[in-house]
Amino acid sequence: MTQDRIRNFSIIAHIDHGKSTLADRILELTHAVSSREMREQLLDSMELERERGITIKAQAVRVEWKGTQLNLIDTPGHVDFTYEVSRSLQACEGAVLLVDAAQGTQAQTLANAYLALENDLEIVPVVNKIDLPQADPETAAKELADLIGDTPDHVLRISAKTGAGVEEVLDAVVARVPAPAGDPDAPPRALIFDSSYDQYRGVVAFVRVVDGQFSTREPLRAMALGTRFEAEELGFFAPTRRESGVLEAGEVGYVITGLKDVSRLRVGDTLTSERRPASEPLPGYKDVKPMVFSGLFPTDSDDYPELRDALEKLKLNDAALFYEPETSQALGFGFRCGFLGLLHMEIVRERLEREFDLDLLVTAPNVAYRVKPPHEEWREVHTPADMPDELEEVEEPYIRASVIVPKEYVGVVMELNNDRRGRFDHLEYLSEERVHMTYDLPLAEIVLDYYDQLKSRTRGYASFDYDVIGFRPGKLVRVDVLVAGEPVDALSLIVHRDSAYERGRSLVERLQEEIPRQHFDVAIQAAIGSRVIARETVKAKRKDVLAKCYGGDISRKRKLLERQKAGKRRMKQVGMVEVPQEAFLAVLHLGGEKRR
Amino acid sequence: MNGARHLYLHLPFCAHRCGYCDFVTAVGRRDQHDAYVEALLGELALEPKLLASEPETLFLGGGTPTFTEPRALERLLQSLPRARETTVEANPETVTQELAETLRRHGVNRVSLGVQSFQPHLLEVLERVAQPDTVRRAFYSLRDAGFDNISFDLIYGIPGQSASELESDLDEALELGPEHLSCYELEAKPGTRFTHTHGDELARQGEAMEGYFELVVERLTAAGYRWYETANFCLPMERAGGRDLRARHNLAYWLGRDYLGLGVGAVSTIAGRRWRNTPRLRAYIDALAAGRRPKREVEHLSPAVMSRERVMLGLRLDEPLRVAEFANVLDLEALPRLQRLGLLRRDSDEQGTPTVGLTARGRRLGGGVTADLLA
Repeated sequence: MTQDRIRNFSIIAHIDHGKSTLADRILELTHAVSSREMREQLLDSMELERERGITIKAQAVRVEWKGTQLNLIDTPGHVDFTYEVSRSLQACEGAVLLVDAAQGTQAQTLANAYLALENDLEIVPVVNKIDLPQADPETAAKELADLIGDTPDHVLRISAKTGAGVEEVLDAVVARVPAPAGDPDAPPRALIFDSSYDQYRGVVAFVRVVDGQFSTREPLRAMALGTRFEAEELGFFAPTRRESGVLEAGEVGYVITGLKDVSRLRVGDTLTSERRPASEPLPGYKDVKPMVFSGLFPTDSDDYPELRDALEKLKLNDAALFYEPETSQALGFGFRCGFLGLLHMEIVRERLEREFDLDLLVTAPNVAYRVKPPHEEWREVHTPADMPDELEEVEEPYIRASVIVPKEYVGVVMELNNDRRGRFDHLEYLSEERVHMTYDLPLAEIVLDYYDQLKSRTRGYASFDYDVIGFRPGKLVRVDVLVAGEPVDALSLIVHRDSAYERGRSLVERLQEEIPRQHFDVAIQAAIGSRVIARETVKAKRKDVLAKCYGGDISRKRKLLERQKAGKRRMKQVGMVEVPQEAFLAVLHLGGEKRR
Repeated sequence: MNGARHLYLHLPFCAHRCGYCDFVTAVGRRDQHDAYVEALLGELALEPKLLASEPETLFLGGGTPTFTEPRALERLLQSLPRARETTVEANPETVTQELAETLRRHGVNRVSLGVQSFQPHLLEVLERVAQPDTVRRAFYSLRDAGFDNISFDLIYGIPGQSASELESDLDEALELGPEHLSCYELEAKPGTRFTHTHGDELARQGEAMEGYFELVVERLTAAGYRWYETANFCLPMERAGGRDLRARHNLAYWLGRDYLGLGVGAVSTIAGRRWRNTPRLRAYIDALAAGRRPKREVEHLSPAVMSRERVMLGLRLDEPLRVAEFANVLDLEALPRLQRLGLLRRDSDEQGTPTVGLTARGRRLGGGVTADLLA
């Protein structure tokens, strides 16, 4: 197929604005699948994705519309995967920007639109769900047009659910999105925009061929990482796998690599041929680094090998997941895991529990810190316990938070952001009613409960997105918790110096409630270095006996004792003190702000 | 196999069921007392091999054994073998001079009197029939009949009971000078009528009452009593003319000896087998009237379980356990830890064998300490 008969595009939208439904209609309309064999939301293949209504892994489907080859490239739908989204968009020339007619522009609409504009994509603006009773297509169309600098009459109005207007969307894609413009005769280059792992075939790369062509059995190289392999199979999805033997300039498809390790093939890297290598890779490759870290410990320490195997398996499909063994004196053997963001963390945790049936204790998340101890080089710290006592400088990651709210909530959002050490950046009216605000915030301030607070304070109206914008210096201190004089590594936290006292106090109070009374007084202290900033005492029990014990009740008493014994086994022994596992989550609930 | 040397007989009848009680009891049923005693004797006759020919202790518990129709009670006592210690539980209001003498005549040499409290309003909360004077009268009747081994049951932690009221209860008891005292904390079992009525008040008082156990122990030991089991006290030998006044029958439970229990809901443990008779009065009487054993729930005790029970019960006593006997069920690493915390004492006996026992504080925290100590 010559390039002028090819259109590569994505659908981008805020969560629940109808992306998957539109994709389904497109597949139906182009007869890629019949209605009968149509599986609801076909592109979302993992069970979890469907349940959460989001798409984790991108795929690409080829269909034909009035003689033109359309490649629909699916994008992940959440902030944590911004880099993956941007790579998917780089594989396209255009994007359908979908907005819910009742909800209008939302934070991810903006984020996605900006990403598309950065990638020089032609945007096809579409207002969806016009069949809803509360739909306001005119306002939504105006907002959308303003956002991308277009006119409202250029905005399509459809209902993906009923199918109304979907043909026009395809026509607009063919008419408005430019054809690919690579050089078919140049040394081959293809952008890897996604990958997955097949247990029999190894790593499968999803690629967009930019220049030249690729064929089966050709020796290939990933230019950034230098990984070499032979293309075992080439083809495309329509929507099931079709082997084609060749992928030409402008086309989208898959390459089966036979590689057994996903980390050897990174999204954003460029594939080229070993026989006729390109001199320059395609632009935009980044080594994505995890920003949010958390300790994962099996509730039952016997499950450690199962947890290790499960992480290995997950990592095969998720190159962004980072993990290394961690030993906590309080929680035993586990793993310190790094995630792109909060949703990524949540997804990994759920998959571990659901697909691998593991019972996990997940410590409160923290961010990565860059620290410079005296007379030493800068290094990164992934857990509060590793924070050196003496520091010349310390830096923490910052985000640019983007919040859209009805105007009456501007005050509460500002208040929340100020409480969280936010620095105001920008405010604009999207319409008479709705305001878009941006703030710079330390990532550490949002990892715990920011999103929940934002939602509850704005009665669910706020939409939120963020971008990591880099490391900035911070006045940070490590607060340690001592239980009966013993420091408990898993409870240390890093906080801003100004809130150290308050956070230390509320953590100590919380722990006093969580730690059961023991056979002796237990002091719970929060300290910065050797300076104690808060203290509570769990008073010793004065009595712990069963009143009577005669012939008739020995069995019952024995069972009570065994239960008491079992209860003790579930506790973690910190020095002489038995600490229930729940106490390690106390840090999640500081200041009475309950998480979910 | 030698039979058990300890025999328990359950007499379930009561004039009234007290709100806090969770024993197998039957209110009234005077027309069934005879039949029940026949059934008891019938069960005894069915198990000749399970009981030693010369049992060491007999214990008639209830219920209110002394509420049983006098004729039926006498028939039972007459038919039982003589033992070195024969105890009958009695409620003060049932103890007349005549009853005291009947008991004495039939070989009963120890009476356990359900005193519970000397405060009228607390007795009312407990739904007890007796008044403080009834208690005193019963005590003197027993003394007059020649009983020189009388035990009082006292309850503390009664809803509304202040620390000073507990002290007066102890003082009044000490004034009478019983040979033995059993002091129990009131247990409000979930779902009982009592908990329904008094649960909230008990929860409010919970913290204040935490010190009551300590108070009981201090008071009674200060008065010279030996705190020989968590909830039991007796006059020491030197004040009892060389007699060992510990409840020998109960001591048999605590030392892991075999015992045979007869009657509704009664439990026996013999040679690693424990069984509990049906708690249903009608079913029990009917089975034995037909010459059959009553329905029983059986539990097999492995040697390890028996050892665990020995530790659980043994640590409640004031005599140390020999470590070597229980090494397989003890967490030996917990020993030094508990010792450091002042909860446990490690020592050795005359032969130089290592022993463990609990300190006074360890005994007050005995539940948790035992859970720590068992492997």
